Amino acid sequence: MTETEVIAGWIAPKSRVLDLGCGNGTLLRHLWDKRQAPGYGVEIDDAHVLECIRNDVNVLQMDLEDGLAAFADRSFDTVILSETLQAIHRQEPLLRDMLRVGREAVVSFPNFGYWRARIQIALAGHMPVSRELPYQWYDTPNVHHCTLVDFEALCAKLDMRILERVVLRQGTRVSVLPNLLGSTALYRVTA
Amino acid sequence: MIVQAQKARFTEPLRLRSGAVLPAYEIAYETYGTLNAQRSNAVLVCHALNASHHVAGSYAGEPDSLGWWDNMVGPGKPLDTDRFFVVGSNYIGSCFGSTGPASPNPATGRPWGADFPVVTVEDWVAAQAQLADRLGIERFAAVMGGSLGAMQALQWTLSYPGRVRHAIVIAATPRLSAQNIAFNEVARQAIMTDPDFHGGHYYDKGVVPVRGLRIARMIGHITYLSDDAMMEKFGRALRGKNGPRFDFDVDFEIESYLRYQGDKFSTYFDANTYLRITKALDYYDPAADYGGDLSAAFARAEADFLVVSFTSDWRFTSQRSREIVRALLDNRRVVSYLENDAPQGHDAFLLDDARYHGALRAYFGNIPL
Repeated sequence: MTETEVIAGWIAPKSRVLDLGCGNGTLLRHLWDKRQAPGYGVEIDDAHVLECIRNDVNVLQMDLEDGLAAFADRSFDTVILSETLQAIHRQEPLLRDMLRVGREAVVSFPNFGYWRARIQIALAGHMPVSRELPYQWYDTPNVHHCTLVDFEALCAKLDMRILERVVLRQGTRVSVLPNLLGSTALYRVTA
Repeated sequence: MIVQAQKARFTEPLRLRSGAVLPAYEIAYETYGTLNAQRSNAVLVCHALNASHHVAGSYAGEPDSLGWWDNMVGPGKPLDTDRFFVVGSNYIGSCFGSTGPASPNPATGRPWGADFPVVTVEDWVAAQAQLADRLGIERFAAVMGGSLGAMQALQWTLSYPGRVRHAIVIAATPRLSAQNIAFNEVARQAIMTDPDFHGGHYYDKGVVPVRGLRIARMIGHITYLSDDAMMEKFGRALRGKNGPRFDFDVDFEIESYLRYQGDKFSTYFDANTYLRITKALDYYDPAADYGGDLSAAFARAEADFLVVSFTSDWRFTSQRSREIVRALLDNRRVVSYLENDAPQGHDAFLLDDARYHGALRAYFGNIPL
């Protein structure tokens, strides 16, 4: 089970999707092809924007750090923030804005509480480097890592209701000790 | 690519937005590539202030006569004329071939001069639609333009929603700001206060309001370049080797550049045309009929859009393009938006930034024929 499959399962057919930090547009392409869900992506990187245009998906070159002022209240069914949360400087205003613009939000991120990450810090004494976190500490785009526990505490603070949670490790769903055994977390939340 | 300018004559009167009527008119145009059997591969390229229908290629025996957007349009270029049939059309009121103030007024047989009506973006688009009919183009695969040309592309989607499949809107604004209008007014005042202007009837006198045109062009040029680009290109460099002259002749390189651009422009551009184009820019505001609500104005549009802005453009800033994007999103249009950080300012739309051209190439590649 991939992240894309989990997210696609949460998107009702023909619903309107906004994908923040959409990369090369693969998810949007998939959602259009499999769910007939017309979407828009937001992306800042020039190379990714070009790939989105090649992939024939709607892409808007904007900086998420500037907020979502370009989008009207409740103009989307689902706003997706896939593997991007950890690269944002100010998460709180963005998460709030996502639930202003969308009825629901989907957030996925690499779990910093995954046992391999814990061991690398606790025993090896260095910042985690893994399949999900392939960067060295000095050249990473990621600025704010969190664990499942951290994210759920933030949701509570922002009065965001968690509708569903899926935790994955290498394509397999993790249900026991997810904050320890899961490498990737996906949440479906609403205001 | 060797190209040839053509003219189409229309005898059906054109009723203008101002209420005036142009009894008959000619449109100068060029075409590149071949219209396919389904007539589904036509792309209209709209030009900006001082350009013309000569978009690409060069004229036979004149290798230096390259079209103004030759880096964008041609065989193998981002807008590939091996695949698309491209039409460049000169707007009414121009001095480059279409009927304009220097053309004979049928009522008098003398040049129209000041009596040539004020034309608008909407009028240009209406005339272009006549040309499209003449060329057998029911629906354009795309209408494309930069700056004032982008306004025409926008207007096509509003005047003729069913006749445009894609609109490519580059370095655009949905309306001029007060500052934009202010710059235009200074340019117009420079022309109209030139003693050789004669209220617009200077053709009969055998003179040209050269001084006014020069200053108008100098003002324009300042707004086309970013502060950084100008500093990069000219800095504070002096012409002379011996320091400042302490007089009012050319000291700085930027002064020399502006004078050169002004001189060049005043030899080929018509003052009456300049007045009218700047007015067309000032008047353009599709949201005006909807209480300023641009989203309401675009409710009619049916096209897919690509909007491109340049962050160094302080004339039509990226914020203006984002307003267009917002209006399109509000109407759930298919739209992509490219915000390019090329440093050159408004003029960046004419240059060949690889990311900008790469995106255009990819976009055109996905337009089905």
